[in-house]
Amino acid sequence: MATSPHPWLNPAVTVGGLAPLVFMAVQGPRGALGPNAIEAALNQTGLITLVLLVASLACTPVRLVTGWTWPARVRRTLGLLAFTYASSHFLTYVVLDRGLSLSALLEELAERPFIFVGFTAWMLLVPLAVTSTNAWVRRLGFPRWQRLHRLAYVAAVLGVVHFVWRVKKDVTEPVLYGAVLALLFALRVGEAMRKRRARAASAARNPA
Amino acid sequence: MSDDTPSGSDITPEPLYLRRRELLKNAGLFLGTAAGVAGGLLSLTGRGRGSSADAVPDAGAVAGPVVKAASEFDTSEPRTSYEDITTYNNFYELGLDKGDPARLAHLLKPRPWTVTLDGEVHEPRTVDIDQLLSWFPPEERVYRMRCVEAWSMVIPWLGFPLAALLAKVKPTSHARYVAFTTLMDPEQLPGQQRRVLDWPYTEGLRLDEAKHPLTFMAMGLYGRQLPAQNGAPLRLVVPWKYGFKGGKSIVRITLTRTRPFTTWNMAAPEEYGFYANVNPAVPHPRWSQATERRIGDFERRRTLPFNGYAEQVAHLYSGMDLRENY
Repeated sequence: MATSPHPWLNPAVTVGGLAPLVFMAVQGPRGALGPNAIEAALNQTGLITLVLLVASLACTPVRLVTGWTWPARVRRTLGLLAFTYASSHFLTYVVLDRGLSLSALLEELAERPFIFVGFTAWMLLVPLAVTSTNAWVRRLGFPRWQRLHRLAYVAAVLGVVHFVWRVKKDVTEPVLYGAVLALLFALRVGEAMRKRRARAASAARNPA
Repeated sequence: MSDDTPSGSDITPEPLYLRRRELLKNAGLFLGTAAGVAGGLLSLTGRGRGSSADAVPDAGAVAGPVVKAASEFDTSEPRTSYEDITTYNNFYELGLDKGDPARLAHLLKPRPWTVTLDGEVHEPRTVDIDQLLSWFPPEERVYRMRCVEAWSMVIPWLGFPLAALLAKVKPTSHARYVAFTTLMDPEQLPGQQRRVLDWPYTEGLRLDEAKHPLTFMAMGLYGRQLPAQNGAPLRLVVPWKYGFKGGKSIVRITLTRTRPFTTWNMAAPEEYGFYANVNPAVPHPRWSQATERRIGDFERRRTLPFNGYAEQVAHLYSGMDLRENY
């Protein structure tokens, strides 16, 4: 990381990515989020989580399609930002919206599938955030680390389901996110199949 | 500070100069990227905010004397501010976000306007809104308003009891229900250009609910004409039911023999019942109705059965299973 060609890139994504959160925390109590600031903060943190999660999942497909290297450099930052927003979303719900009532929270988790799904998505991101360091990549070995971090896809899908369930009537927006995810997933599956075929072909050419 | 031209050694050495250029370039890229990321996130996820106070269009004061209603129709709870009542709205015909209706309110023209009263009545008629309003002296009533989304307000409405209007047109003995229809005009109500719901918005009440003294037709709030985003020029207010029962910008009131189709009930029958009485014990399938957030409050509060009007209206539902008839 020390001699990366774009030393400004990750700090810039971090600062820019955190700016909306700082704005909400500072301006929300002053009325900038409208009459129902808690609801607005919940909606905003949830949406930004999804955007960042999708952006982090788009890094590899974008690299594959364009050949640029910078998406891979910001992937971890985007993932950690997504986790930061998911955690803010969760804390806003638990502390501000439900007043830290644990019994109410457990009841909601048990009785509302949409809350349960959102909570599960956040839980899936926890091990990914913990193992986001280079040391953890080494400790787990890259293939295992990679398999673990595919959970990001599961979390994103659950996030979209959570969003669909949350919306009262108009599901256009959640469906859009779902479509982008499906496209990214298709690109990856295509790439994996190409690799597998290439390996099979090379194995056929060089029988052991 | 000498006047001589600088000697070569005073000029910045080239490597340092290049480093500075590099630093400046990186600083520029840093700022540009950070601003781009922040702007991108906000533009993708920024919601229509409640507009600021000065953006609230002032619908003029209501002319003539205002009758103060009997105290049984008033709550003494603190009133929600005019700004919040007029900038935090659900009126899908003027947009899906809470701030949209106030922003697009100027598109809805509440004059000229007629209301058709028909169906199972002895004296059907179509009346100009101002003539209709001249029949009833405006009365002020401070009601709680509980939205099905678990937020609530306290609103000082101006208007008249629906019962008085129904008496004018003399329902026949066959009348069992009352249906309310909102204006259908995609020009004035651009939300109708997309079939989010089955337009025009229709709502309905059982005749005894409609005749109940609490059931109110509002034409103003806070002593002023009703703003478009709150359902100008005439809307229904049923304070013991969830807010969506109170149809806005009404053009037609029809008495019927059979239960009318109602918009949200048709859109999602398992989530929005015909009765839609405020009931903390019956959760919406996706969220609890046990508590609510009063707009302007930080803490949630307990939701009351029939929104606190149980004493006046519970008898309308005696013998009915309110879980079945949600």
